[in-house]
Amino acid sequence: MSDFLIRYGEIALKGANQAYFLETLRRNLLSAVGDLGEARAKASFGRIILSVAAPAEDAAERLRRVFGVVSISPVQIVAPEPAAITAASVAAVRDALDADPALRTFKVDVRRADKRYPVPSMEAASEVGGEIRRLFPQLAARMKRPDLLIRVDIREQACVSSQTIPGPGGLPTGTGGRALALISGGFDSPVAAWLAARRGLIVSALHFHSFPFTSERAKEKTVDLCRVLARFTGGMDLWVVMFTDVQRAIQERVHEPMRVLVMRRMMMRIADGLAARVRAQALVTGESLGQVASQTVESIAAINAATALPVLRPLIGWDKMEIVARAQALGTYEISARPYPDCCSLFVPAHPRTQPTLAEAAEAEAGLDVTDLVLDAAARSEKLRIPGAGSRVPVPGR
Amino acid sequence: MADIYLDNAATTRPHPSVAEAVMRTLTEVYGNPSSLHGRGVDAERLVTGAREAVAASLGVSAAEIIFTSGGTEANNLALGGAARRAPHRPGQNPTRGRHVVITAIEHSSVLSPARALAAEGFAVTELSVDAEGRVSAEQVAAALRPETAVVSVMAVNNEIGSIQPLDDLARVVRAHRAGGATTLLHVDAVQAWGKIPLRPARSGIDLLSISGHKVHGPKGVGALYIRRGVRLAPLVRGGDQEQALRPGTENVPGIAGMGEAARLVAADGDAAAQMAGLIRRLRERLARIPDVIINTPETGAAPHILNVSFPGARGETLLHRLEMDGIYVSTGSACHSHQPTPSHVLLAIGRSPDEAVSSLRFSVGHFTTTDDIDAAASAVEAAAAELRALAR
Repeated sequence: MSDFLIRYGEIALKGANQAYFLETLRRNLLSAVGDLGEARAKASFGRIILSVAAPAEDAAERLRRVFGVVSISPVQIVAPEPAAITAASVAAVRDALDADPALRTFKVDVRRADKRYPVPSMEAASEVGGEIRRLFPQLAARMKRPDLLIRVDIREQACVSSQTIPGPGGLPTGTGGRALALISGGFDSPVAAWLAARRGLIVSALHFHSFPFTSERAKEKTVDLCRVLARFTGGMDLWVVMFTDVQRAIQERVHEPMRVLVMRRMMMRIADGLAARVRAQALVTGESLGQVASQTVESIAAINAATALPVLRPLIGWDKMEIVARAQALGTYEISARPYPDCCSLFVPAHPRTQPTLAEAAEAEAGLDVTDLVLDAAARSEKLRIPGAGSRVPVPGR
Repeated sequence: MADIYLDNAATTRPHPSVAEAVMRTLTEVYGNPSSLHGRGVDAERLVTGAREAVAASLGVSAAEIIFTSGGTEANNLALGGAARRAPHRPGQNPTRGRHVVITAIEHSSVLSPARALAAEGFAVTELSVDAEGRVSAEQVAAALRPETAVVSVMAVNNEIGSIQPLDDLARVVRAHRAGGATTLLHVDAVQAWGKIPLRPARSGIDLLSISGHKVHGPKGVGALYIRRGVRLAPLVRGGDQEQALRPGTENVPGIAGMGEAARLVAADGDAAAQMAGLIRRLRERLARIPDVIINTPETGAAPHILNVSFPGARGETLLHRLEMDGIYVSTGSACHSHQPTPSHVLLAIGRSPDEAVSSLRFSVGHFTTTDDIDAAASAVEAAAAELRALAR
């Protein structure tokens, strides 16, 4: 059995809804490790204590990706008595030294969530620290940036840990409604989808597939991106819309400088229709202001006008370097870097219009049978279920 | 509709008898050829038989064949091994082995080792080719230096199919050696084996690379012919398998499959003529499409490759469009990010970048039929017209 102390952030600030957020987080944590072994979790004094019948490393790998989690610590749970706490702390030090014999300094941090514990925190810490120094003379106590931090959390029981693993933060998945994220295969959109999901949204992905203008590998790339995102969300749906005919129609009937804008408006319309079908309340895009011609404020206004839904743009103020750095941290970078172009990079006119007006957009679309194209594309979309961490369900359609 | 596979220069479908030889070896002849017991002897016997079959297909002796993991390894071993040979006697010709000659249209498994040698301080001469993708004996003669370690020229270009004048090149290198140099001639014959007559011993070629999977054999196995008396430096160290040039327990199932493929190559005398007929048929059909550029020379090209540019359409898109009809071909250009990188071979024979990225390579094999060619030609005509209309 492995035990964890799980810290959460923003949920603690919630008022009347706190219990709902907490319960959702508790359930998400359980489902993240549920396939590893029997698990139970309970809230206790502003923390969640989770126990699972699985190796700690495996469970930690899952728990550290659950939205809403600020950090996790693998802990030993002992009776809230000085002798037991000291023994557990000494054991934790011994394990840490086994793993890294180069450790030279340590600190003991005691936090009494349950103030009924008879010894004040500072005193308890110095008692445990004294014993550690006696048994491990190679370790010196240091208050600032110690090599090893032993945390003792005293509640109904005492939790002793030597490791704190940061989580993604945010709010528990499912507490924020549903959204549909447009995923291209580039660097930006997966990061945007992740940021939106981190705020508690249940995010489904939507990818526009333009075979034969884009290859099967471009679609596979999107599936792999969604797999990375699904490790955080516990699984997600990926809708693949056959966009070829729309692109063909645009190529044939739209004035060249307006093609990208019209393409994005068509994407919005298809996304809008699909959102209604999957009960999504918002769309998510990876747009960053000014990055390309279709992301000027004029273009965004014209694109936005194609849908009545709120369009969330988590990256609107981000620089490319920041987006790339986040993609690297998430593990989407290598996938996005694969050299298979997506539908956004083909048919790019040499001189796209950067300051289009709505009237120009409407005029450019005059030759298109917009409704038919949108309905037809939506009818030929395919849903792939991308499993979350741990599930071994194969993805269909690959 | 059944698939029409016209990408045989990339890889081929294994012949049923090859698959059977591999499977039988995997399951039944699992011994280590180096083992002293009977199981080992059985495995060794298979490897020997395969070596003899490969040697026979090239008209050389079995002792001159070593098995590798494929054409890439054979090319690396030939270039690196020839360049890094130690002098026979201390003090002998100190400048020896500091220069390498290749052509501009070599495969990456020759280009990349040559660049690595350049980084080590070797001088590398890259010979340009003419509009049909050929180097001349005169060019090679002019490039040779006393210290040239190796000249590496491919027998058949993998993208456009041009055949190099190997006999002439060999004569030049031999004459150079008669003057005291120790220059070796290496030929990358991966696309040539089973397609054009290859007699390295008669031609005077010192090193020659071949691969199993281009001739309906298995992947992961190839061979290097090393003329008797030529000594190479090994790239990998270990046991003394394959004359210690390719240590490691032999890939016995792969080698058995390659041996079977070699037997088929040697036995099927009509194969090349049949492939040439198919390619001629395809060429005639595609030449009728407006504004196409046929990049494969009319004469002096391998029988199985036809490379065509369709200016105005993108090769990669054409490829995927044909895929929708169950027709599998190749582009000469790898697609990197947003812009396709034009093939170095097509640029070398004078194509513009736009012409180069609009190219497709069709390559036939043992299983290709006339019906396949006719269906493919019609599909290509339609796809090119459709995509060119969109590009306007």
